[in-house]
Amino acid sequence: MELVKTNELFKSFGAVKAVNDVSINIENGKIYGLLGPNGSGKTTLMRLIAGLFYPSKGSIQVLSENISVNSKAHVAYMPTEAFFYDYMKIKDAEKFFIDFFEDFDVEKFSDLLAKMQLNRKMKITSLSSGMNAKLRVALTMARKADVYLLDEPLNGIDLIARDAIMAAIIGGASEDNAVVISSHLIDIMENVLDDVIFIKEGKVVINENAEDARANYNKSIAELYKEVYA
Amino acid sequence: MNELNSGTPIYIQVIDKLKKQMALNNLKPGDKLPSSRELALEYNINPNTASRVYREMELLGLCFTKRGLGTFVAEDKKTISSIKENMAEDYTKLYLQSMKSLGYDKKEIVNLIEREEK
Repeated sequence: MELVKTNELFKSFGAVKAVNDVSINIENGKIYGLLGPNGSGKTTLMRLIAGLFYPSKGSIQVLSENISVNSKAHVAYMPTEAFFYDYMKIKDAEKFFIDFFEDFDVEKFSDLLAKMQLNRKMKITSLSSGMNAKLRVALTMARKADVYLLDEPLNGIDLIARDAIMAAIIGGASEDNAVVISSHLIDIMENVLDDVIFIKEGKVVINENAEDARANYNKSIAELYKEVYA
Repeated sequence: MNELNSGTPIYIQVIDKLKKQMALNNLKPGDKLPSSRELALEYNINPNTASRVYREMELLGLCFTKRGLGTFVAEDKKTISSIKENMAEDYTKLYLQSMKSLGYDKKEIVNLIEREEK
């Protein structure tokens, strides 16, 4: 089933075409890698699907309906930047999510906190960048969404935190949902992805099953990435 | 131990690791295998890849699924013991190929092995 479908999607900022004619399908039961260097359009595409930007041209459908306020309930988007206030403890951020998202699952969140060695009393400003990233992933994956969009969840994260984050993503992926992860850290993600979408200067240049891509190009995804973006 | 490289399809690499565990008798005939999800988490791989691992192993007769109970190592001891022999043959073939590509003949190879094993 198609959870998300974009059709000839464009988004310009002044003269810059950040997303330039993108038509992709996101299906349930898959983990997608949205891959490309900084500035290639990954974040803009995610923000469009999350309903945070209006397209300049083209359309986006979430669960077969044109994107609207309602579709936001189906899409859990994790931005790259932190989104907390300075006064907040983890339990305050949790309350924020409970208020905002009907699909937030407190039990799932508790489980993820324990696995990530975080607790509700921690003050968010005192968290390391790795702990902060873990918290953001835990908050996002604790939602029972149909589509998870994780923008650079592994950026600037130490190896141990990476494992915890990847485990949370793998544990959260199911037959019913889709997870889209943007990253330029391909080697870490390689084994986890069903499909890879390479984006370059706003355009999709490769969009296929990861195992097929490895076979067709006779290269690892990491090697393929270096070739496309060199 | 759970490190995978990128050259070979991931499901094949994981199958090889499980076969090795069977050959070493760490996984015994009839033992319950981890669920696909647990396998995915253990090896940091995609859950669909983990399901594929069991599908392919089932086709090879290395494991079987009991509906609602999970996946188990095949109970046929012959199948399991042949894993070890097959893997040994594969390693030997690979070694011989590499040595022959370096221009060694059988006698030189045997001499080398004996010297190394002293």
